[in-house]
Formats: sequence, structure tokens, C-alpha cells
Amino acid sequence: MSAQVLRSTRASRSALWVGVALVLVAASMPWWAESSWMREFVEIACYFIFAMMWNLLAGYGGMVSIGQQAFFGFGGYIMLLLGNYAGFNPFVAIPVAALCAALISIPVAWVAFRLQGGYFAIGTWVIAEVFRLSFANMSFVGGGSGTSLTALRGIEKATRESVTFWMALVCVVASIALVYLFLRSKQGLALLAIRDNEVAAESQGIGVQKMKLAVYVVAAFGAGLAGALYFVGNLRISPDAAFSVNWSAFAIFMVVIGGIGRIEGPIVGALVFWALNKFFSDYGTWYLLGLGLLAIVVTIYFKQGLWGWLQQRRGWALFPTQRPLVTYACDGRAATPMRAAASAICFIEIMAGSCRKKRR
Amino acid sequence: MLETLIQGLLLGGLYCLFALGLSLMFGVMRLTNTAQGDFIILGAFGAIAATSWWTAHPALIGLLLLPVAFGFGYALQRYVLNGTLGKDPLPSLVVTFGLSIVIQNALLELFSADPRSIESGGLNTHSLQLGEGLAIGTLPLLIFAVAVLCTLALQLLFERTALGRAFRAVSDDKDIAELMGLDAKEVYALATAIAFIVIAIAGLFQGMRTTVSPSDGPLLLLFAFEAVIIGGMGSFWGTFVGAMVLGITQQIGFRLDPGWGIWFGHLMFLAVLVVRPQGLFPKTKA
Amino acid sequence: MSAALIQASGLTAFYGDAQALFGIDFKLNRGELVAIIGANGAGKSTFLKSLTGLVKVKPESVQFNGQPVGGLPPGAIVKQGLAMVPEGRRLFPSLSVEENLLMGAFAKRPGPWNLERLYAMFPILKQKKGNPGTALSGGQQQMVAIGRALMSNPTVLLCDELSLGLAPIVIKEIYDAMPAITAEGMSVVIVEQDVSVAQRVSQRVYCFQEGRVSLEGKSDELTREQISQAYFGL
Repeated sequence: MSAQVLRSTRASRSALWVGVALVLVAASMPWWAESSWMREFVEIACYFIFAMMWNLLAGYGGMVSIGQQAFFGFGGYIMLLLGNYAGFNPFVAIPVAALCAALISIPVAWVAFRLQGGYFAIGTWVIAEVFRLSFANMSFVGGGSGTSLTALRGIEKATRESVTFWMALVCVVASIALVYLFLRSKQGLALLAIRDNEVAAESQGIGVQKMKLAVYVVAAFGAGLAGALYFVGNLRISPDAAFSVNWSAFAIFMVVIGGIGRIEGPIVGALVFWALNKFFSDYGTWYLLGLGLLAIVVTIYFKQGLWGWLQQRRGWALFPTQRPLVTYACDGRAATPMRAAASAICFIEIMAGSCRKKRR
Repeated sequence: MLETLIQGLLLGGLYCLFALGLSLMFGVMRLTNTAQGDFIILGAFGAIAATSWWTAHPALIGLLLLPVAFGFGYALQRYVLNGTLGKDPLPSLVVTFGLSIVIQNALLELFSADPRSIESGGLNTHSLQLGEGLAIGTLPLLIFAVAVLCTLALQLLFERTALGRAFRAVSDDKDIAELMGLDAKEVYALATAIAFIVIAIAGLFQGMRTTVSPSDGPLLLLFAFEAVIIGGMGSFWGTFVGAMVLGITQQIGFRLDPGWGIWFGHLMFLAVLVVRPQGLFPKTKA
Repeated sequence: MSAALIQASGLTAFYGDAQALFGIDFKLNRGELVAIIGANGAGKSTFLKSLTGLVKVKPESVQFNGQPVGGLPPGAIVKQGLAMVPEGRRLFPSLSVEENLLMGAFAKRPGPWNLERLYAMFPILKQKKGNPGTALSGGQQQMVAIGRALMSNPTVLLCDELSLGLAPIVIKEIYDAMPAITAEGMSVVIVEQDVSVAQRVSQRVYCFQEGRVSLEGKSDELTREQISQAYFGL
């Protein structure tokens, strides 16, 4: 029997082409779509990027945080400060703000990493509250009631909305690409190994603490990006909107519905969330109550999330980051794919220098 | 200055009641109850609803609320939360977070967003003279006394009773404890049931001392959590001390500026986390 | 139909996808002391865990007193009279010596074993009864672990690697207590890596090798050569 490490499935290859087509269609939207669609897309894009980064942190980094809104809001405020007071073009300020969020996440991590598990989660929430209270005490950004983004005042509305939309599209594609490529790389496999068994990974020479910090910083970058983008679209920022724990709640919801630890999970989750929002948000408290119940039920009965459940039933994988070992029967046809203890074996193979095709 | 200190201690008493349930559930089964604050508020609203149907003395209503809380906590753990336990902290976090949202919105639907309080028959305004113009509120003093009693009771429960032994054993090594004939599911449910008694007491006092509204929960959770971390995990007296420190810190902050109290508390929490991450009186192994 | 206390037939056990036991046939008669020997990873501990419910197996593959007990929760099996001294002692660090012993009595089975009797057998434990369980020497911890199992008044005692990490003189001290334990007819299964100790104290020996029984016989009849062949799978 010969063995080969698969890097992509047929389903994923066709999905790639579909994705490219979708992006091209979407990019043309400013010419034919209603402006409300574009505004909605920007909002959903922010939710999605935030959720995807939360997913990276929790599902792949093994760190569950309910305080990522600290970086979301921080990104928004930095963008505003750069735009209003430092003469930056707000669209240029978006990635810069994201970078600032990434930088501040380092001292935050230094404090937060002293906690583990559930207490780490709440600890990050406390830190987010500190951010909120700090900004609420700063009168030059409007204190508790917030302030407006004045830097975009001179631009015509249609242009502003189109550019915001394209910016959102770029951010979405960039985030997906960043996460996907990261997880397919050696660092990504190391991350999977850490997630599966920290002690074993450490003994293989992986700097666990460094990896965790790296993931935390990347996730903060993404959160800051989403925040800066959101408030460019919103034009108005306030501490309660920027640092609300609802951001984490929505991210958790999207990822739990879609499945933790999988890339396509947040996409599925964001779509479900958007659909639910569209049809039910008028029901206010009942809608939120329903969301809460849904999250509880899915967590208890569909431990893999909806997408994960489907994936198990049908063997789908749009964004394959597993490298299953496929064994071929002697006549060359593929036998049932053998998912060897995925990350550990693949990691060892990579470290050994190559994925060899063995032949008898 | 002395008055600030005393006020801080009394406030700490309340925070201790917020935190004991959290400490208990985490100690026995490593479960982080992110809905802790919301359950406290639920308890307060439960008492408010009961007083509106029934013109009995609030103390009597409070007493009757306790067995209800016990049963509720037992059922919650047995039928919902037991399924979320395991190495991964995410399921219990998501489920309790979901519960937090469900409770807040259910209360909002039932009671609207208006702040309410529990009629305490003047207890919340009554005060004791301690000479030299120093007056202490009777209710805060009562809360402090109850906090000491609850802490003592839990500590004795854990150290001297068979149930306490079972709690410690199952928290040390669940598999071997089951080998002794213990039913972990049952023990966990009892732990949560007891935690909910303290939660109900906390809710009653919170509702008597100030107004409550459906969305108050999360902030109470943060106070409870900070008290546990400052005090150090693994001992109830540690949680008590942590709550005292938090209360005093917040009072100092309030004195300096009304908007700074809570912020000061957060900063103290972060300071302890940086300087002495295991807390002031830690007793647990991971 | 024999009157075997424990009977395993064709027992297979898995850890996830990995198979650890490939069809074990085993018998323990009333009043016997049977030893199981074998190299590391041979499946000895897995077998004991299957007997006590820590590893789930098919119901009919293990019979205790004629009843199928495979796959039952550990608490249920203890209540029927099967107790284990786990590998590595696994005392409760948050409990004192006496509290550890009391935990053993959780199942509240009637019988001759109680604190006084244990303290008479292992006097050093009475001295240290208030100490945390893990603040004792290895040998003393082993005594606590044995005592804890005895407190449930079992009819069968399973001992997993009693000699692990202990000095020979301590091992002797522990096994010298065996006659006192079996005096009233308790049946015992010991898992041992030390072959000479196993042969000396037991009536029958099973040798496990890579998840299978490679040898079975009376302890005083098996030769050195037979055993090492079976042990190493030669």
C-alpha cells in the first residue's frame, strides 16, 4: 500500500473558484446595488472578521476570551484619533489602527496570561472594561457620550459608501487569506499540535508561550481591523458601543453555530447570524433570548457546531487544514481515507523533512 | 478615613456573598459560571415577584426562596451544566454565557427595564450610632455578618463533613473518587445547589440595599470574580479577604471621585494579578 | 459452570481507536491470590481498569459473582464488592490520611474492616492520620491506598503495581501484610512487574504480553524459563 498526504480535496478546489467569482461579483456592487446593501455588508464584514479572529484565538490557540472587544474598540478610537487629529485619511488609518491594537495586546497579554481557562475569559472581560472606563474618562474624545468622525465630512456620500464597502471587502478577503495561509503553514501545524497536547508539543521543541502570544497578537490585529472598519462605516463612536461585551457574545454565537476550530465555521455562523438578524431582530428581547437558547442547545447537543456536524456527516471540507493520510490499495485506487491522529503525525512528518510518497 | 474603611469592609461583605458561589463551583468542578451575577439578579427579582403576590414579611419570603434556589441549582447542574464539563472550558463558558443572555432578556420581558427594589421595612435606612458621630447602616452590618457566617459555614462544610470530603475528593481526582462509589454527577449537582443558596441570599440583600434592574448581572459577576482572584483560589476565607480588599479599594475610589470607584477596583485586581498572580491567600493546586 | 468469583471471557478493550486487549480469558476463584505479570504496556493495568469500570467494555465479557458487570460505572462495581488499589496510589491531596481512608468507606458496605483495624495493621498511619495524604513516604502512601480500598469491605481486592517506586524492604513490609488481608477469605488479584514477588505470594500466575495472555499456571509449578519466554514473547 502506498500513502500520500492530501492537501486539498476536490470540494475545496471548486470552492476556491466559486469564492473568486463571488469576490469579483461583490466588487462590482457599488455600480448596481442599493446603498443599504453595502452598509449591511460592511456591518456583517465587521462581525465576521471579529468572529474569525475569535475563532483563531479560541479554536486554534486554545484561549477563550470574552474581552476581544477591548481591541475592537481600541482600533476604532485610534482610527478616529488619527483621522480627526493627525490628518490621516481614515481609510489609511484602518490598518494603522489595527497595528496599534496588535501592539497594545502585548502588555495586555503579559497580564492576562497569568490566568487560565474560564478565569482567563473573565479576566479579559475585566481588561476590556478598564479600556472602556478609561476612554469614557477622556473628555477630548467625547467622554462617556462619544464623538463623531469628522475627517470624512467633505466626501460625497456615494463615494464614501463605495470606498467603505471596497475596504470592507478587502479586509474580509485579507483576513480569510491570512488565517488560512497561517494555519496551513508550519506555524499553523505547530498551533494544532499545541491545541491537541501542550506538553507533547513543548517536548517537540515548540515554544508554546511564544506561539500563544503570537496568536493573541494576530487576533488583536484582526479585532482592531474590524473595529476601525466598523466605525468608519458608522461615523460615530462611543465607549459603550465600542467596548460592549455584545461583540464577544455575537462572535461566540457565530462560531458556536458554525463550529469552533474550523475556518468555514465563522462564515456559516456569520451567514446564519445575518439571516436571523434580518428576520427576527425586530422582536428585540425575544430575539436575543432565542439566540441565547440556540447557543445553549447547539453547545450541548451539537458539540461540533452546525457546520462541524455537517462536515462529519458528509466529509465536507472547504478549507482543509487537516492533512489526512490517504492509503491506496495495491491497485492504486484510494481506499477509505485514514485520518491518522491528524496534527501529531503530520507535524512529525513535516519536521522529518518531507511528505514522502511511499511505494512498495 | 476610618469611615471609608468601615464602609469598604461592609461593601466587601456583600461582594463576599457574590463571590462565594463562584468560588465553590470553580473549586469543586472547575466550572466558571459567567451567569453568576445574572442569577443573583434573578434571585432578587424572584423575591420582588413573591412580595408582589404575597404580603408576608420579606424575611419570610427570603427564607422560603432558599429551598427553591437549592432545587433550581441542583436541576441546573444535573440536567444542563453537567453535560458541559470536561477539559475544554469553552462549552461551560458558552452555556453559562447563553444563560446570562436568556436571564437578562427574560427579566426584561417580565419586569421591564425599570429599577426595582425589595421592600425591607425600613431596614435599609436604619442605622446604628457608634459614638463620635460615626453611624453604620444596619443593613450593611447585617450583610457583613451573614457573609462571615456563610464563609464559616462553607469552610466547615468542606473541612468537617462527609459531603465536604466528597467535594474535595471529586475535585482532586474524579475517576478515583468514582472508584470509591461516589457519583460525580450527584456531587456536582449538590455543589451547585449549595452555591445557589448563597446566590439567593446575595440577591435578596442586593435587592434590599439598592435597586436592581435586569441588566445589572454582568457587573456583579466582575466584582465576584475580582474578589476571588484577589483573595486567591481554593479557600473561602481567601475569597472573603479578597472581597474586603475590593470593597475598601472601591470605597477609596468613590471617595476621590464618584466615577472612579469601580475603576479603582479593576486596577487593584490588575495590580494583584501582576504582582501576586496566585492571589493573597492561595490554596489550590491547578 | 464454575464458581469463579471473577470471570473474563474474550475481553477486548480499546483506548479510543487503539486496541489494548485482544481477547483475555481470566478466572479468579474464591479465596485465591492470583498474580498478573508482564512488561510495560502489556495491558495489565488496562485489564484491571476494565474490571472496575474505568475502561468501558462489553457487558458479558466480565462476570463478577456470575453477573455481567462490563461497562458499569465504577461506583456500581464497588458497591458489589470489587475494590482497587490504583497504580501510583492516587491518594487525594486535599484530604488527610484519615480522610482518605474514610473516603474508601463511602460505599458503606458491611464487613470487618474499619479504621481501628487498619491502624492496628499499619500503626504508622495512626501516627500520621492528620497529615495530608500525599505528605507521606511512598511506602506509607501505599499503605493508605490499600487501607482505603479495604475500607469498602470488598470481596475482591485488585492491587495495581504495589511495588512501583518502592524500596525492596518496603515492598516486603507491604506484602507481609497480605496474609492478614486474605485471612478471612478475601480474594486478591495483584499486578506486578517484580516476577519473584508475584510468584512468591500468589497461587496462580497469568502472564500478559502485548494485550494477550501468554502463560497461565500454578505459581510453584512455572519455571524461570517458561516465564521469561512468555514475558518477552519469545
